[in-house]
Amino acid sequence: MLLSRILRRNRAVMLPIRSIGSNQRLEAHETDEPRTPEDSQFLAHFNDRKKKYYDPYSHDPQAEDYQDSILMSDRMGGVPDEITSADISENWFYTIYKTEITWTVFFFGAYSAFEPDHIIHYPWEKGPLSPLFRGEHALRRYPTGEERCIACKLCEAACPAFAITIETEPRHDDARRTTKYDIDMTKCIFCGFCQEACPVDAIVEGPNYEYSTVHHEELLYDKVKLLANGDKWEPQLARNLETRIINR
Amino acid sequence: MFTQLLRRNRKLFTAPVRYFRPTQTLNNKFDIFVDGKPITVDSSYTIFQACHEAGVTIPRFCYHERLAVAGNCRMCLVEVEGAPKPVASCAMNVMPNMKVNTKSETTKVARGGVLEFLLANHPLDCPICDQGGECDLQDISQVYGYQESRFNEYKRAVEDKYLGPIIRTVMNRCIHCTRCIRFTEQVAGEHTLGTTGRGNYTEIGTYVEALVTNELSANAVDLCPVGALTHLPYTFVARPWELKSVYSIDVLDGMGSAIEVNYRGGELMRILPRVHEEINLEWISDKTRHAFDGLKKQRLSFPILKTPGGDIKELKWEEAMDIMRDQFDQVSGDEIAGFVGKLADLESTLAFRDLLHRLGCEHVESSSIAPKLNANLRSEYLFNSTIPGVEDADYVLMVGSNIRTEAPLLCSRIRSRVDEHGLEVGIVGYAPNLKHRYSHHGTTTDTLKEIADGSHPAFEKLREAKRPMVIVSSHALSRDDGEAILNNIKAIAESTNVINHEERWNGMNVLHNDIGRVGALDLGIQPYSGKDNIKNKKLVYLLAADEFREEDIPEDAFVIYQGHNGDKGANFADLVLPGSSYLEKHGSYVNMDGRTQIGRKAVTAPALAREDWTILRALSEELGAPLPYDSIEELRSRMSDLAPHLIKYDALESSGFEDLVVKNKRGSSEMNGTTFEDPIDNFYMTDSISRNSQVMARCSKEFNPKKFTNFKEPDIDFAGR
Repeated sequence: MLLSRILRRNRAVMLPIRSIGSNQRLEAHETDEPRTPEDSQFLAHFNDRKKKYYDPYSHDPQAEDYQDSILMSDRMGGVPDEITSADISENWFYTIYKTEITWTVFFFGAYSAFEPDHIIHYPWEKGPLSPLFRGEHALRRYPTGEERCIACKLCEAACPAFAITIETEPRHDDARRTTKYDIDMTKCIFCGFCQEACPVDAIVEGPNYEYSTVHHEELLYDKVKLLANGDKWEPQLARNLETRIINR
Repeated sequence: MFTQLLRRNRKLFTAPVRYFRPTQTLNNKFDIFVDGKPITVDSSYTIFQACHEAGVTIPRFCYHERLAVAGNCRMCLVEVEGAPKPVASCAMNVMPNMKVNTKSETTKVARGGVLEFLLANHPLDCPICDQGGECDLQDISQVYGYQESRFNEYKRAVEDKYLGPIIRTVMNRCIHCTRCIRFTEQVAGEHTLGTTGRGNYTEIGTYVEALVTNELSANAVDLCPVGALTHLPYTFVARPWELKSVYSIDVLDGMGSAIEVNYRGGELMRILPRVHEEINLEWISDKTRHAFDGLKKQRLSFPILKTPGGDIKELKWEEAMDIMRDQFDQVSGDEIAGFVGKLADLESTLAFRDLLHRLGCEHVESSSIAPKLNANLRSEYLFNSTIPGVEDADYVLMVGSNIRTEAPLLCSRIRSRVDEHGLEVGIVGYAPNLKHRYSHHGTTTDTLKEIADGSHPAFEKLREAKRPMVIVSSHALSRDDGEAILNNIKAIAESTNVINHEERWNGMNVLHNDIGRVGALDLGIQPYSGKDNIKNKKLVYLLAADEFREEDIPEDAFVIYQGHNGDKGANFADLVLPGSSYLEKHGSYVNMDGRTQIGRKAVTAPALAREDWTILRALSEELGAPLPYDSIEELRSRMSDLAPHLIKYDALESSGFEDLVVKNKRGSSEMNGTTFEDPIDNFYMTDSISRNSQVMARCSKEFNPKKFTNFKEPDIDFAGR
């Protein structure tokens, strides 16, 4: 099928040579007139090819077979009369050795054969974390055990995702403390604005990122959970904050 | 201190006390230049006022428009050309061709320096300060302050004072602007606050430990430009940026003060005053501000049926409607009695009236303790000289009234007239501590009779005065001889200048405590006085009525109570319908000088509670007498048919016919010769809302330990006491 079409196309290419008149030379694309019934049948299909410009009213781009234009015969100016071994080797040279993808694969293979393993085997190995890493939240305490949070609600105001909810009452000693400190971890976007807003470094985003849960409700943190987080991660949180204070 | 001295020895100093106030116009105008721009000002203006008029903002802490000038914060320093130093603009009068420079380097440096000194001792505890976010010092130091502090020394520490259950103090934060002192002295009339010590050792406090007991005390907190005084019940409750607000009006006294209701989510957070020059200026009473926590306790959220066995059963609305239909079917129209409560809004009152009339009942207000007023002519029951009219009065006679508890803001207006302009006040009846000068003429009705006869010296005062006011409490008129008291007051008005046509003055005033009363009278609901006939009533409908005599209600009657708080009415009722309070419904109210205002809904009523007029509308459908309105707009249109002024909001309409009112005396003029009692037993517990309020209970416990409170001793007392 393909071969027959190539052949028919070659005849079409040769058409102008046969149609040279005695007084006027016309290029193939300059005339619409079919010369033979055979040609007319052929040209009905390839009408567009014969014109210098596309006719926007008659041209149907979908009817055109675009594969035609990338055929080797088109690029090379038609099918060669004979194919020599030199042609074949040239073809191999261009298609295999001169193609960048071949060499990339080759060099990477060579490279990776000598390089050490870059993979972190995650559950058993963990990569280094920046002290600025913003992971799971925690509420810190003073060394005396007194909770730091003074219920100023600046984190609640700063939170762009409205993930924090705070309620306050005077404590029995008239101190300002929260009665409710909830973070919806599924709303949180981990922007770190809460820890930046906090005037007493109470709410921090710690280094922990392994707190995925089965149920959604488990990610609605309350004050108890956050304080427990703080107690658990306090040494690391304090070290991180030391480095962070330099940058303030 | 000097004013206090004057007041204590007021017999020696007969001239009234005067304060330096910046607003007395002298009509002598000239030009001054503010930042190079000429502006024509009155010669009485201070530089501050002139700059304000020129549109230039000057930062200030101690200066306040409604208080006397103190000039001690120095924040308003500006440069005046020719003056050797920057001058305090709030305390310096303008002079012709004065050149004020508010943007010069000198002014900037002066402001920065003042702020540095103020912040030297001001603690940096904004995160735990309740004023944080609405603090003048925060705002001003943001704009005019320096970036960094140079202060490395220790800050001073001052012990906190206990000023009562309304005001919480953190005295470290005080910047000694003395606004609170000036407020309590000049507006609240109480000389409890003052300063002790000099310089760095200055402290605001009560000299010996005392409470700030006046009814307006919480306004001092609003005035405080920093967080030194905060609302104790509002401690740590919310931040200003979390709050949403709605403009509404207060219903807990007859004034109808303008308030701003702040809420967060579905919860009421606080109530603040709004400026209304003709009612409350910018103050509200402590009850107005803090009683709303009664709406969070003892709420009626479901229809409740009391079974004969004494059990209480929660119902659905359908069941309640069925029961009511059964009960109404058993009685005829004239066997029904209605009671309209003191907090009822116009809409529910009108729906109530229309419903009862449709059922053939004429006794819409059957309470025997309602004031004996006639609804025919408006000037009979209004506060005719209007609230700002106090400023024009030259003599005030109060009958049977304790204005300090009945209308604290009106009392404050009268007090400032007495203090600054020497207004004379006479009282017949209970002699309260009004904190201003007044002459007490007598406690019984006999004195009133003497004045009406003309045999009492107070009569001469009334006759000499051009614009005298007679203020009679609605409590006095609700006595059994209320009509006779009113007749005597009309007699006084006939023979004196109380009604003075030349001055366009009507000084006959009824001081209403109930916001619902004037509205009800405007709608033609007149207290039904036939006391004996009520014995045959079979069905009693209490529309949020908690003030009634139990003997008014027949024992075998079926009692329906529609209201929002569990109180006397709900306790007494067989069937309770949950209604909405004034902060949970759109409603209009008429205050005592006849001004209709709209109260707006801030939060939604709990559970099954509904807006009151909708309950009555639904009931009317059940009873087969449907009311002809389905929306509040239609209801208000019906209201305007009855009384067109009721939909002209925030406008005073002159009532007229005062001569007719005075001539029209009903019943006998013989009073029973008994004493006028204190109309309000306990200012902090006057209605179903404030009686359920814990803050008000604390106030009555602290200020009036002998008075009754609804609450047990709290486990942990406030401030560790």
